[in-house]
Amino acid sequence: MDFEEDETHVAIAEAIRSLCAKFDDDYWASCEAEHRFPWDFYQLIAQGGWLGIAIPEQYGGGGRGISEAAIVLKEVAASGAGMNGCSAVHLTIFGLNPVVRFGNERLKSEFLPRAAAGDLHVAFGVTEPDAGTDTSRIATRAEPDGRGGYIVRGRKIWTTKALESQVVLLLVRTGGEGFKGLSLLLADLDPRYVDIRPIPKMGRNAVASCEVAYDDLPVEGWRLVGKEGEGWKYLLHGLNPERILLSAESIGIGEAALRRAVSYAKEREVFGRPIGANQAIAHPLAQAHVQLRAAWQLSRYAAWLYDHGRDCGEAANSAKFAAAEAGFFAADRAVQALGGMGYATEYHVERYFREARLQRIVPVSQEMTLNYVAQQVLGLPRSY
Amino acid sequence: MPDMKVVVCAKQIPDPAAPPLIRPDTHTLDRTGKLILDDSDSYGVEMALQLAGGADDEVTLVSMAPNGETAGLRTALAMGATRAVLISDDALLGSDALGTAKVLAAAIRPIQPDLVIAATESTDGYTGTMPVQLAELLGLPSVTFAKGVAIDGSTVKVQRQTEAGYDDVECPLPAVVTVTAGVVEPRYPSFKGIMAARSKPIDVLTLADLGLAPADVGAAGARQEVTQVSEAEARTAGEIVEDDGEGAQRILAFLEQLKVI
Repeated sequence: MDFEEDETHVAIAEAIRSLCAKFDDDYWASCEAEHRFPWDFYQLIAQGGWLGIAIPEQYGGGGRGISEAAIVLKEVAASGAGMNGCSAVHLTIFGLNPVVRFGNERLKSEFLPRAAAGDLHVAFGVTEPDAGTDTSRIATRAEPDGRGGYIVRGRKIWTTKALESQVVLLLVRTGGEGFKGLSLLLADLDPRYVDIRPIPKMGRNAVASCEVAYDDLPVEGWRLVGKEGEGWKYLLHGLNPERILLSAESIGIGEAALRRAVSYAKEREVFGRPIGANQAIAHPLAQAHVQLRAAWQLSRYAAWLYDHGRDCGEAANSAKFAAAEAGFFAADRAVQALGGMGYATEYHVERYFREARLQRIVPVSQEMTLNYVAQQVLGLPRSY
Repeated sequence: MPDMKVVVCAKQIPDPAAPPLIRPDTHTLDRTGKLILDDSDSYGVEMALQLAGGADDEVTLVSMAPNGETAGLRTALAMGATRAVLISDDALLGSDALGTAKVLAAAIRPIQPDLVIAATESTDGYTGTMPVQLAELLGLPSVTFAKGVAIDGSTVKVQRQTEAGYDDVECPLPAVVTVTAGVVEPRYPSFKGIMAARSKPIDVLTLADLGLAPADVGAAGARQEVTQVSEAEARTAGEIVEDDGEGAQRILAFLEQLKVI
């Protein structure tokens, strides 16, 4: 066992911390209140080459793995940017993973360098109004156009960043029922054929998630990722790293909330002493710290397994579950520690709280994560 | 041969965000923990990178720190500096500003730079005297408090910050220039910069390597001694005035009493 910190990892964390320090909580609160995409933050992250950190070097990226991407996203979240910061960059950092792994050369050379440079925004179109957790029911169809390409018709929901993105990685049905009829296209979000409507939602309002209607969108044949009928298999490859990155983001939000709560508990005096002297305030904050630390170790371990080509299903799902709970607990106890002020926008923890709540339902619900552990790790029978 | 050689004096200091630890024996900062690049030096690094940005130009960092600490230098290398020279020697403990200037001068002399850049003062020591001592030891002219620096042939043109505005000052190269935090906006280290910094050379030198005698530097050679350190006086509570219609007059009277209006 070697717990010595990797110097590059420390340097990456410090660099992101110093960059994010330029964007304080008030910046993020105003992006949230005005539903404004954080363009200046995004540009600075892009200029630093951080968006391409996990894209291969031959396509202009940094050639590093999920371990480094997780550090970047945790630090972004922990700066107070929370999910507004993470979701602005997450899909460019990781969304094109299926293209990296399975895409044809033209797809890679055309899109990866632009993603690494930050001038290509990518959305992810998987979920549909009638196909959420049960992805096998995807109904958006891509019919052959007779010239080697496709015509796409259907409806997706929860397509994050659809408003800002030029392309969408789209899960479509090219064949019969079930998973084997699904294919993956990297399609243009061409406004002539695509209608995008943001979904009003509880939090993370700097980055919209949208309902997207595809009305006979033409897609050229070379935009097919890998082979027809393999789309679901390709997406599966990205599920574990996505869980790892989201776990890092949850931990970052928890750290931001805990930092605010601790600072408030030290300064706020009631009955002539700081409220942090009361164990009813102190213990939950200490517990939040313990849980965040434990979840981060799990997350790092899962990332290490993935980057070393090992099976990381158990670790990634465990990290995702533990981190979402730890982040939410920390944010909830931060609101409690601040009392009435915790409910006031000005103190920011209510924003973290709303975002931490999201982490317990994305990319899958905590219950589905436990189903994985119950069935795949503990060998318990499947209930559905 | 590089076209333009710039040396930046880069200090590595304890993180100012952490509570400072004062050594009870020397009354100086405990620097045995992790050190980071002094924020006030990041402006000098950026200025140097802008002045010496050509392919054949060279920006060398020169630093003095205990324990062979290089974390702060790696940050500056990640910003784009070419290489670093670190002087680390137990005999340097307790150095005053002049002792530091002697060590840095000995390390800078063989580099024969066109320009030496330093911050006006460090964020941990605040003496602000080291750069001019360094200039004297190197036999170079010095210009301080630069809010703008440009190179024109063999001349450095400096906008020197004053209370009223700034003076335009010209000086032949080589020279020592100290820069303020207003001189340029430091870049953030990029991912590629961080990766590249890992393989950039940091030469770690001892006093013997520089041909300096321990008696001339460190605590032994110091002409300055910190005799006492005490906490700054806590600010006293302000006066709260209820506005009963005369608030504006009370504020005016208060400002007049302070002679600000």
